[in-house]
Amino acid sequence: MAEAEQVNRLAAIAGRDGVLHSPEDLVSYSYDGTFVESRPDLVVLPRSTDEVSRVVKLAGELGMPIVPRGMGSGLAAASVPVGGGLVVCLTRMNRILEIDTANATVRAEAGVITAELQAEVEQVGLFYPPDPSSIRHSTIGGNIACNAGGPRCLKYGVTGDYVMGLTVVLAGGEILRTGGKPVKDVTGYDMNALFTGSEGTLGIITEALLRLVAKPRHARTALVEFTSLDDASTAVNAILRAGIVPATLELMDQTAIICVEEAMHLGLATDLEASLIVETDGSDGETVVREIDAAARICRENGARSVKVAQSAEERATLWRARRSISPALGRRAPNKLGEDITVPRSAIPEAARRLRAISEKYGLPIVIFGHAGDGNLHPNILFDRRDPQQQATVEKMVEELFALALDLGGTLSGEHGVGVLKRPYLERALGPVSISIQRKIKQALDPQNIFNPGKIW
Amino acid sequence: MTAIDMLERPPESAYLNCIKCGLCLAVCPTYRESLVETQSPRGRVVMARKGLEGELPLGKGLTDQMYTCFACMACNEICPVGIRPADLALAMRNIEDRMRPRWWKKPLFEGLLPHPGRLEAFTLPLRLYQGLGIRRLAYALGATRLLPGQLRDLESQLPHMPQRPLRRILPETTDPIAAAPNYRVGFFLGCAQSLMFAGESAATVRVLARNGCTVITPRDVQCCGMPARGYGRADLVQAQARHNIALFEKLNVDAIITDCATCGSTLKEYGSFLSVDDEWAPRAKDFSAKVYDISEFLARIPLLPPPGRVEGTVTYHDPCHLRRAQGVWKEPRQLLEMIDGLELREMPAADSCCGSAGSQLISHYETSLKVLKRKTDNMAKTGADMVASGCPGCQMQLSVGIRRQGLEMKVVHPIELLDRAYGGGDGRG
Repeated sequence: MAEAEQVNRLAAIAGRDGVLHSPEDLVSYSYDGTFVESRPDLVVLPRSTDEVSRVVKLAGELGMPIVPRGMGSGLAAASVPVGGGLVVCLTRMNRILEIDTANATVRAEAGVITAELQAEVEQVGLFYPPDPSSIRHSTIGGNIACNAGGPRCLKYGVTGDYVMGLTVVLAGGEILRTGGKPVKDVTGYDMNALFTGSEGTLGIITEALLRLVAKPRHARTALVEFTSLDDASTAVNAILRAGIVPATLELMDQTAIICVEEAMHLGLATDLEASLIVETDGSDGETVVREIDAAARICRENGARSVKVAQSAEERATLWRARRSISPALGRRAPNKLGEDITVPRSAIPEAARRLRAISEKYGLPIVIFGHAGDGNLHPNILFDRRDPQQQATVEKMVEELFALALDLGGTLSGEHGVGVLKRPYLERALGPVSISIQRKIKQALDPQNIFNPGKIW
Repeated sequence: MTAIDMLERPPESAYLNCIKCGLCLAVCPTYRESLVETQSPRGRVVMARKGLEGELPLGKGLTDQMYTCFACMACNEICPVGIRPADLALAMRNIEDRMRPRWWKKPLFEGLLPHPGRLEAFTLPLRLYQGLGIRRLAYALGATRLLPGQLRDLESQLPHMPQRPLRRILPETTDPIAAAPNYRVGFFLGCAQSLMFAGESAATVRVLARNGCTVITPRDVQCCGMPARGYGRADLVQAQARHNIALFEKLNVDAIITDCATCGSTLKEYGSFLSVDDEWAPRAKDFSAKVYDISEFLARIPLLPPPGRVEGTVTYHDPCHLRRAQGVWKEPRQLLEMIDGLELREMPAADSCCGSAGSQLISHYETSLKVLKRKTDNMAKTGADMVASGCPGCQMQLSVGIRRQGLEMKVVHPIELLDRAYGGGDGRG
């Protein structure tokens, strides 16, 4: 079918302004937060589940692959249309449908920006804890499809831990509703879990019912500086062994600290190997203070050179701004970066850091390490210049070693970014043939024509 | 050599290191309204890169997207890599203009704006019968069709205009009023201020004079250059900059003051506009170093306490050209807080763009109105009876919003309130 005809039929569903096809539009939907770029054939921006359903049906008829997308902040190229096709962008489905204070739930369309949902529920004293760094420029739908994490996962768990129900448009346009408000539900398989983290390969999530908790009224945040990365890791384990569960335990290595300091001028010491950001929170102010004091003491006992507890909300916000800006600030060092998110058992962090440094030295490209030390989720970022074909090849070899390292230490490829395109080649090694075979059958059962996000995960 | 090689291309550093993280999406007013990536800073940076690398035609489609940018610079401020997407969008407009000059730009930016006399004649009907000239002005800006509602909005943005431009009234030298002369300052009287907001600039000169300034107001200043810059004629900005620099060099002043946020931001950039011109670079740098917004200058000198009171509540809107382009946001608030009887009530998101961006109400009417609606909603939440902002573009835009929303709120320049507290034009100024 000619493109004009396709545009007309999509416009009949989503409206004239809901279909984009100019070269400029297609370029603008050719990327996410990685270096991977590939243009779609068309982009559609539906405004309701019903419109999504009709779009999916039409795409099936036309044999057009569908790539679901939110705000394109992903770090695994899961929403990049690598084989062309139709991008179904959900940003215009951005209504919060219901906040149920009695049951502590919120029902929202997929395109709601996560930070906006958080702000809305906080107005009525409730709290949605997942906090990916992209919180202001990513959507709830995207967060669920990639099972986004964030610093607070240590205490509060990941996005998937808050999903109580989903509305999903399946291949052929059928609409599936999963879960509901009951807290306990073992009626049948856990369908919420199936679609959480499915990266748009099984269907399009258009709506979600999310669990909320009471908003912690107090929080204390400390910046702890260490002369050695080993000491920082040891301190992390000691804090958790002492029975303290901080909301966050974030690690930054020296290069990460330097990049943030260059970008934000906060006066961070740039001659140290590692820093931790420790935050405790809760409903009782005294407990929160006692816990941060205890954590500070343990850090000092484990070789911390300095411990600074933020004295105001402003200081605390600055620390978090610094933490969130690490990944983007690396752009100051090199035109391209490849940010991985391997996860290892907590106790293996010092060993992982040592091996990462060895890989960096072996290949001569810098690896910056930061991440969520409390749950063993590290973000080694390789800095490189894609215009140099040799560097590109080197990066591929480094990534392979990096994944081997994670698996060797009993870890996994990805803690929170997902597989997308970038981790596809390593999937079988991580999961093993039995798991791969079962997962392929699930994909086959739900999407026999392979219309949803082909080339991702599988 | 292809046509493109002869143009001034933005350097690779202006776009290459964009890591496409998407942080800028969170702060961009046009993305927020459209929810379309093509109208986002990240989208514009990638389009510019693809255009410059030859993977996207450098044509109308690309240029249109560079013009959807409101140049509020929120993206420049948030970018952790140091990319300046708003500046890149402006630079791309230049490239387009070199390749395909548009007929209407020459008479407007070369023939009219740099010549205060012609500009005054051109806007005469506007000043005699307010509104008659709007249609003419809109056509001059290249908008051939206007919606009836849009015309009404454009008319309502005009203040009650003086029949004589301030440029013709203000003496070249204003001596200090009842104070010892401590400073010799130049006053850069901007076009919009002279033609439409004469009362504000008269207040500026009075407040300076009351605080020991000898104020020199040269009559033959040319437009600061911002309109030409916004429409892809950076070459003209350089000519206007040279004229203005030479003019002020002769005056031997300690500081150059402006009460227009847009003029101020442009004058402060003369140094970088002319940085590749060996003869003019040092002169431009000296000039820019002397430029101050009125609030910035007043915050740096000892001020006489204003004896009078101004009863009322005021909220303050940060002009993008003042807060982000010049880093000036505390100073105007400090001035307002000096005034007895006046209560300053902050609105949420005081620093978000009002949607004016010079001429977006003409060129991107619907988006401009949506951006404005957010601003006026926030203004209304304060319940203040005045909104203060030191930028003629913002003031006009806010007036439109106030009329559309039916608010009881007056738009003022902070300096007007301070002037009133000093006694205003009570015959001594």
